[in-house]
Order: sequence, then C-alpha cells, then structure tokens
Amino acid sequence: MSREFDMPSLGADMESAVLVEWRVKPGDAVRRGDVVAVVETDKGAIDIEIYETGTVERLLVEPGTRVPVGGVLALIAGAAAAEPPAAPLRPGEGKKAPGTSEPVPAAPAVTPSAAAAGRARVSPAARARARELGVAIDALHGSGPDGAITLQDVEAAAKPAATTAETMRAVIAAAMAKSKREIPHYYLSTEVDYAATMHWLGQRNAQLSIEQRMLPVVPLLRAIVLALGAFPDFNGYYRDGAYQPGGAIHLGVAIAQRGGGLIAPALLDAQAQSLAQLTQNLGDLVSRVRTGRLKNRELSEGTVTLTSLGDGGVDAVFPVIYPPQVAIIGAGSVRERPCVVAGRVEVRPVMTLSLAADHRVSNGREGAQFLARIGALLQSPEQL
Amino acid sequence: MNAEQLRTRILGLLTDVAPDVDAASVEAATDFRDQFDFDSMDQLNFAIALHRAFGIEIPEADYPQLASLDKCLAYVTARLPDGAG
Repeated sequence: MSREFDMPSLGADMESAVLVEWRVKPGDAVRRGDVVAVVETDKGAIDIEIYETGTVERLLVEPGTRVPVGGVLALIAGAAAAEPPAAPLRPGEGKKAPGTSEPVPAAPAVTPSAAAAGRARVSPAARARARELGVAIDALHGSGPDGAITLQDVEAAAKPAATTAETMRAVIAAAMAKSKREIPHYYLSTEVDYAATMHWLGQRNAQLSIEQRMLPVVPLLRAIVLALGAFPDFNGYYRDGAYQPGGAIHLGVAIAQRGGGLIAPALLDAQAQSLAQLTQNLGDLVSRVRTGRLKNRELSEGTVTLTSLGDGGVDAVFPVIYPPQVAIIGAGSVRERPCVVAGRVEVRPVMTLSLAADHRVSNGREGAQFLARIGALLQSPEQL
Repeated sequence: MNAEQLRTRILGLLTDVAPDVDAASVEAATDFRDQFDFDSMDQLNFAIALHRAFGIEIPEADYPQLASLDKCLAYVTARLPDGAG
C-alpha cells in the first residue's frame, strides 16, 4: 500500500518551499532519515529527510515547484513497486494540503526549467507584454496549464527581485513580531564566574589536536542541557493554548549569517551528546549554515535556543523567544571583571547569562533557579 | 609551492569555510573580522582547514596570527617543511 510523503515543517515561520532537486528516483529504497530532496526557502537550501522506510513509487512534484508545508511530494510503497514507475506530475497537480489553500504554482524562474521540453505555449497578451517590458519569454517557466506562460508570469519576471538579505530580514521580522505579540516574556540575568571553565578548557585544548578543541560555548551548551533535565518547563513548545514539554532536548544555536540573516538550527538530541560530540556537531552545524545545507528537522524541532553574542563584544543579551519555544538563553562576552571571592577582590573572567522565558509556562523563581543551576554546573567543568 | 600559489590555496580554504565571501574582495592586510562577520567558530574551522591542508600544528595561542590573509601567509610559510618560494 502506498503512503504519501508530505512537505515537512520547515520552522515556525516557513509556510512553503520550492523543490530544487530530488535525491531519489522511483524504485529507490529509502530508510527513515535518508535525505530524499533539497528545497529552497528564504533561509537557504534545506535537506529534506524522509520519516518512512519503503520504496519510492512516484515523484509527484517537479523541481521548480513551490509546495506548502503538508503538501504531498511523493508516494512511498511498503515494498518494491510491481508496476513501472509513472512519470512525475506537472506543477500544480499535487494534492491540496488539508486546511490550506491551493498549492501555489511555481514562481516563474528567470533561468530555463530543466523539466521543460520544447517551447511552452504563450498567450498573445503575454507575448506583447514581454516585448514591452523587455522580458525574454524563452527563459520563463510558465505557471499556466501545461506550463503555458501567462501575463502574470511575464509581469512577475519584470519586477526587480527582492535581495536575499531583504527577504531574510522580512522573515526574521515576521517571526520576531509574532513572538513579541503572542509570548509574555520575562527576563532574568546572572553573572557566571567562568574561571574554572576557561582554565579547564585551556588545559584540555593544549593536549588535543586542533580538530578536537572546544570553544568556550561548548561547556555552556552542555551545562544548559544538564540543567534542563531538572527544569523541563524551559524545554518544549507552547501550542494551541497549552505547554507540551519536549521529549528530547533539541538545542537551537543562533548563528548570524553574513548579509544580515539570522538562523537558529538545533543540535538534535543534545541530551545524548558528550562534550566531544557537541564540539563536532556544532562545528558541522555552523559549516552547513555557511553552505546552506541544513536539514528540515534542525529548523523545525528546536525545543530551546542559546544565543551567544560573546564575539560581538556585548556584556549581556536580552533575547527574543523563537515560537513555539518557551525560552531562550543569552550569553554575553567573557570579560575580566573585579569580583569578591572569599572576602577579597580578585580579577575573574565573568560571563553574563540571561534568560527570556514564557510567563504562561514558568515564573521568575523557576527561571532564577534554572540560571543558577547552569552557573553552578560551570564551576565543575570536568564533570560536564 | 610558491607564494602566489600558497596565497591562492589559503584563499580557497577561506572560501570553503565561508562560501559567501568573495575571494577577489578579500583585503590581504585587514583582519577577517573587520572585513566580514568572521566569528570564533569560523576562525576555528579555518584553522582546522589550514591544519589539514598543510599538516601544521596550530596552538590556540597562535590563532591571532591567522587573523588576516597576510598573517596567514607568513604563519604557514614559516611552518611549511620546505618553506615557500
């Protein structure tokens, strides 16, 4: 029996994506977790993993087609297909996603579609308008029936495209505005003595090859994971008027993109990762942010986020929660400051740790205890 | 490998780590952080790339010596087994 493989969630602020490339073809065996397609969103290319095991029976969407989250992409059979694989459907013929409007047809591309065979039909009005606007008809991918190029396709192609940076800012603006509109934030901060961690890191890194060395943020990630085990009200989702604690800790890390973008992909199942694994996986995550090769689960399943602006030179961060998460931890620069230790003033490396949390789920006392726990764990980094 | 080849190789490693940086626009004498967002993770990934490409050990304390293209060239040249040029 065939099952539909639908466009998975791409993050709270993404409603659709354009299919760029299939990584499988009809007849291929697939297992849960295999990357089967690449889609393009405002945040860049995302690898789509399949949640099922089976055999690809039919690909239902052509590359270049915009598909909403929940829209069907392919059919997966439980066993090898007995019939010859069918040809892929044309754009716009996919099933309607439940509760959403008709799938948006492919945005007209300004490069020739790889799937186009022969010349597409062009309406006289579209052809005349293309001459007026100086648009190359042959370069368009039509959104009309059978790929026909319409007047709308021509006019859309003539508009100057928003820059990637502008689009990214618009996406971030929408997400942050929604967060501030819907989530009653409260804020706390504390100063954490980072001397023990920095000393331990220095000694440890001196003995390790460069590929295994740890940045100061990694012990902080591990301390957050351990603290969340005791404070589950900061790890989960607020949806449909209720809090759903996360079954696992998918720790989002806010990463700035050159060009003004901001993205917070998650280290999936961080609770199961050692310091060494967090080091390797964080480096890999940042590399894939830079090359635009994140996986959909990393963008949609974060249960909590850390934003570290230590490199930016700020003392403290007052972050905005990424919905549907219920908390975000901020970390400022590690700076040498005068501190009172055992009644004496000493110079110590200190980091300001902050918390923004959803007051529908937790309160200031819990938040204070959570932050204090993170700080306490960082005083014994060898036990992380 | 002569100095120009080394420079090209190092620029290639930089753009592997930061593919959105235009190699042609990199100013050799200016620190990477001052030309484009180059955070501590980018710095570490770049140092790892240099280590893998040239087989040189890079202590943590030496990271500031990799802060710009000119500094990288000098650092790597001094540590290549047969030198550059």
